[in-house]
Amino acid sequence: MSTYSLSDGLASGAPRASRAPLLATWLRESGVGVLASFAWIAFGLSCLWWQDVGDWSRTHSLGIAAFVIAAIALFGTVGADYLGSAGQALHKRAPWLVALGAFLTVWEVATAKFAWLPLPFFPPPQAIIEVYTDDLPKLLDSVFASIKLQLGGYLIGATIGFLTGVSIGWSRAVGYWVHPVLRFIGPLPATAWLPIAFFTFPSSWSASTFLIALATGFPVTVLTWSGVASVSNAYYDVARTLGAKPSFLVLKVAIPAALPHVFVGLFMGLGSSFAVLVVAEMIGVKAGLGWYLQWAQGWAAYANMYAALIVMSLLCSGAITLLFAIRDRLLVWQKGTVKW
Amino acid sequence: MVATAPAEAVTHPAAGAELDIEQVSHAFDIDGIELPVLSDVSISVEPGEFVALLGPSGCGKSTLLRLVAGLDKPKAGRLREDEARIRSPHPSRVVVFQDPTLFPWRSVWDNVALGLEAQGILRSQRHRVDDALDLVGLSSFRNAYPHQLSGGMAQRVALARALVNDPKILILDEPLGKLDSLTRITMQAELVSLWQRKGFTTLLVTHDAEEALVLANRVIVFSDRPARVKADIRVDRPYPRHRGDPYLADLRRQILGLLGLDATW
Repeated sequence: MSTYSLSDGLASGAPRASRAPLLATWLRESGVGVLASFAWIAFGLSCLWWQDVGDWSRTHSLGIAAFVIAAIALFGTVGADYLGSAGQALHKRAPWLVALGAFLTVWEVATAKFAWLPLPFFPPPQAIIEVYTDDLPKLLDSVFASIKLQLGGYLIGATIGFLTGVSIGWSRAVGYWVHPVLRFIGPLPATAWLPIAFFTFPSSWSASTFLIALATGFPVTVLTWSGVASVSNAYYDVARTLGAKPSFLVLKVAIPAALPHVFVGLFMGLGSSFAVLVVAEMIGVKAGLGWYLQWAQGWAAYANMYAALIVMSLLCSGAITLLFAIRDRLLVWQKGTVKW
Repeated sequence: MVATAPAEAVTHPAAGAELDIEQVSHAFDIDGIELPVLSDVSISVEPGEFVALLGPSGCGKSTLLRLVAGLDKPKAGRLREDEARIRSPHPSRVVVFQDPTLFPWRSVWDNVALGLEAQGILRSQRHRVDDALDLVGLSSFRNAYPHQLSGGMAQRVALARALVNDPKILILDEPLGKLDSLTRITMQAELVSLWQRKGFTTLLVTHDAEEALVLANRVIVFSDRPARVKADIRVDRPYPRHRGDPYLADLRRQILGLLGLDATW
């Protein structure tokens, strides 16, 4: 194998030229990691040094947790060579750890310790931690309700949108009837249907599902349609000369060729359906994270609002990550796709 | 590549079909104006013949190929394959286009398998896909995707995708037109050897007189649009042919003269 010579060359030529300024090299390599550790120590100290201006029960635990994270960052940096990929991952994220530690320190000092920010509206980190530990059941119930509603509506909307898009793109007759309807109804924001939907549907849950499906369906339909319509005729010519029947042309030529467009539609539909989900939960459905936000605001429980917002953002981001993962799996044949 | 493939690997040669083009005329409607592209073209091709169609760019050669493939219907006249009217595409007449037009979402193997899959016989005939890939020397690229292939490799895959159907008539629409000159010369030799072993009837559209003379045993020269048959030249030379052959050089001069390019030679 030719790898012999390669590794030989590396072994003999490897001794580092600059051996003398050892500390300088080490600091350049690991300085950020050490800095991250300091930032989290600062956060921990900021928690424990001064008295809280309010009554929060998790201040002490939060301070200890900050020290633990600081210790992990320090040992992870010092022992990066022995930790393999975990050490690598820590090294890559060290600048973010610094920023996060600094941000939390400022936040802690500005709220819990000196109340530079007006207090009920800007709760300190420990208040949000308290929500996660003490109000977990209600928060989890809300998360599940939101996921259930979103998933049902999105899947229905995406399926109907995809089928409609393929039909319009493929059949002139379907296009003749559906296209004007689409032009009339599609651009209307789904939330505009809210008042009508809530009294025409038997339950607020089915009304919300309909609205989410509507918000998802429009972009999926339009993008699928444009994807099918833009498939090069050369592909159809090739398939036809090879003996393809119309069903083959739709299922094995038009749809795979349109798939990149379909995913753009699914992505846009996901974004607009989140908006509808939150509004529907705030107004009609008495469950879910949107409702939790509304409820927290009604009780002036601002910490709960921030806690719910963070969870909501994680869920939305997670859904988009999932969609991108599915896309990457189905469209491996595409080169240069965007990484989320 | 092809020359080194063992002869036993070849499936039963599908004998070529006879092709009759009888008084075919065709026209395009462009904004309501009728633009004639083919005018009373009659060509009779014997089974197993290699016929090159040569003519100025845009004269309607490719249109004639689309009619033979059954992708379009002529405005007048008839086309027949072994006495049967050509009315629609059929896998016995397969086209290789100027662009490989591989399906980018399918691997090389799946692209070659396309014809068998479309006809619903892939399950029992999978070995034919492997044989076709062997034939063009791309077995090791079976799992690659089209964007990973060079131009010459992509065109070879397109050729394998056509050959896997054991066509009776192979229709080549300037398949080497976009390749670099070295790849082009290699693939010309491969085409001849495939044709000799498989025995299919071949129709090749080209605008390169030398390519036509090296490959075909009959060269048909078309006029400018609307295309009419201007000359029907037999090339009675054994294969492999040499580009420097004085007989071919003489024919080439004659053909370029027919195309109105004698002054430039």
